[in-house]
Amino acid sequence: MNKKVSAILIPIISVLIALLISTIIILLIGKNPLVAYSALIRGSFGSKQAIADTIIKTTPLILTGLAVGFGFRAGVFNIGAEGQMVMGALIAATFAGNFGLLPPIISIPLTILIAMLVGAGYAAIAGFLKAKTGAHEVVTTIMLNWIATYFASYMVTGPLKVGSGTPKSPEIADSAQLPILMKVGAIELSAGIIIAVVAAIFMYILLNKSTTGYEIKAVGFNPYAAEYGGISVAKNIVLAMAISGALAGLAGATELMGVHHRFLGELSGGKGFDGISIALIGQNNPIGIIFAALLIGALRTGSNEMQFVGVPKHMVMIIQGIVIFLVAADRIVRTIMIRKKVEK
Amino acid sequence: MRILEAIFLVFANPLFYKITLTASTPLIFASLGGVYSEITGVVNIALEGIMLLGAFTSVVFTYFTGSVWIGILMAVVSGVAFAWLHAWGSIKWAGNQVVLGTALILIAQGVTGFLMVPIFGKPGQTDFVGKVKEIKIPGLSDIPFIGKIFGELSPFIYIAFISVAFSWWLIYKTKLGLRMRAVGENPEAADTLGVNVYGIRYFGVLMSGVWASLAGAYLSIGEVGHFRELMSGGRGFIALAAMILGKYNPVGAMLASLLFGASSAFANQMQSSSLIHVSATVKPLFDMIPFVLTIIVVAGFVGKSRPPKADGVPYEKVS
Repeated sequence: MNKKVSAILIPIISVLIALLISTIIILLIGKNPLVAYSALIRGSFGSKQAIADTIIKTTPLILTGLAVGFGFRAGVFNIGAEGQMVMGALIAATFAGNFGLLPPIISIPLTILIAMLVGAGYAAIAGFLKAKTGAHEVVTTIMLNWIATYFASYMVTGPLKVGSGTPKSPEIADSAQLPILMKVGAIELSAGIIIAVVAAIFMYILLNKSTTGYEIKAVGFNPYAAEYGGISVAKNIVLAMAISGALAGLAGATELMGVHHRFLGELSGGKGFDGISIALIGQNNPIGIIFAALLIGALRTGSNEMQFVGVPKHMVMIIQGIVIFLVAADRIVRTIMIRKKVEK
Repeated sequence: MRILEAIFLVFANPLFYKITLTASTPLIFASLGGVYSEITGVVNIALEGIMLLGAFTSVVFTYFTGSVWIGILMAVVSGVAFAWLHAWGSIKWAGNQVVLGTALILIAQGVTGFLMVPIFGKPGQTDFVGKVKEIKIPGLSDIPFIGKIFGELSPFIYIAFISVAFSWWLIYKTKLGLRMRAVGENPEAADTLGVNVYGIRYFGVLMSGVWASLAGAYLSIGEVGHFRELMSGGRGFIALAAMILGKYNPVGAMLASLLFGASSAFANQMQSSSLIHVSATVKPLFDMIPFVLTIIVVAGFVGKSRPPKADGVPYEKVS
């Protein structure tokens, strides 16, 4: 089968199989799948508000998907997008509270830059440990996620705390907030989505048209051959982790500057983990990742509406898990596809 | 100097050692599970998910039957079934083992959260369903200090240590163990000698389901008697770190688990120290200790710990 065709077909068929299984599960708990799915679609695309909400949810997912996908291309598995996102947003929030005197043209890029640098630095720790000591990045990034979570919760209940009730940091300066593209009711759609799409296009060019992209892909494809060909594997692992982390940090920045305008105790809410599904469904292709993020973003937005008709929103996690499973063991889907062809 | 005094008092308190044991037990079980899977050559980061499912299943069946032992048994059954999914994807279909593991974690989180409402009628946390009773050893509990540690413990803790001894014997002293290690190191050679590579790998992964689900059952009906959403809280990953640090050896994994258990017991005891005041603000910094320690230890020692050669590499028979 044509490689390009199967790269698109496998995720699509995986999603269909996952939906089939979830249909069976919904039937088993005695609910009507049609009602559940129409609620899901209504909740994600049914109104102007729903669409704006879906785009808002999709924005950070494009970026965490790019972060994980880029890591995959370079042969590193960044489970730490979660922590990098939190650290990036937290430190950026700390600075951006004091940017009131700066004009937006300086304070917006500066806040983004801080978040990206912090995300890159935090991810580089895992890259450095892998390159230097061989510590597996899956273990170290998971630990760094927990450390980031606890550190953030210390900051918002301690040094940064404002007001009472939910732990939160002070609001960032108006000049550091992203411009609003559209206002639908209480929902404000910020320019974050533009940043995310531009980042995806930039990553596409970096991966496919630049020397850095070539070296990183070579290391991911076969580290021994790359080393033999004069490419430093250690340098590229650290670099790949840092770029991956910068993207996760950017995800934190768009959430901070475009949605919440302050750091809340729980900023990430599993977006780093969603990045794994998105990267896989998008087959690590930056353009594919935009569509995969839209899919997961829509599922997440619509799941609240689904909850109202009696189907727990955890259903979405199960669908996502089944999709990742099938994409990882893609031979299952290939076998099904081949059998279908033979039957015809 | 108050802080040094507080540290000293923590170590002098038998409660610290008792909490070390209780905090280590789930890690011992889960890291043991990791050892079984990885020495046969299958990376199993799904331990976290198997634990969560085991914790949930044991509570569900205890709730319906009233017997914690049926709960534990069904937890093991669910753990093996779930591990079978991992084996099926990674052995039969040669899928990416790390990615399959994350898929299974997501599925376990989804399934346990999903079923909570239809079964218990509310999200988040179940009611108390009963827990496994501690064993009181009559003479032992009268001895000062030692009695306070070992006098009254959950049977799970004893089972954990027996499991370590059993696993060490199985892996290093039996023919099956030799085959498991051979399959993890060099599946081609093992295959040539007539060892059923696929069968042994299935065995390894399914056994990891047994131990990891016991780890989960201990968290719910062994310790607190209810299930809370996401209650495994990253312990599956700490267990993986313990397994690596313990050089893929049951005894090593146990020692590493005890180290992590001690670090969280330390964090816990420092917080309740009467000598220093740990405010709610500083508490997260103490909760961080086990994770920081894990990174230091994994980065510092991993050079000396070598995974089995074929770990993570799907085996495909050339025919």
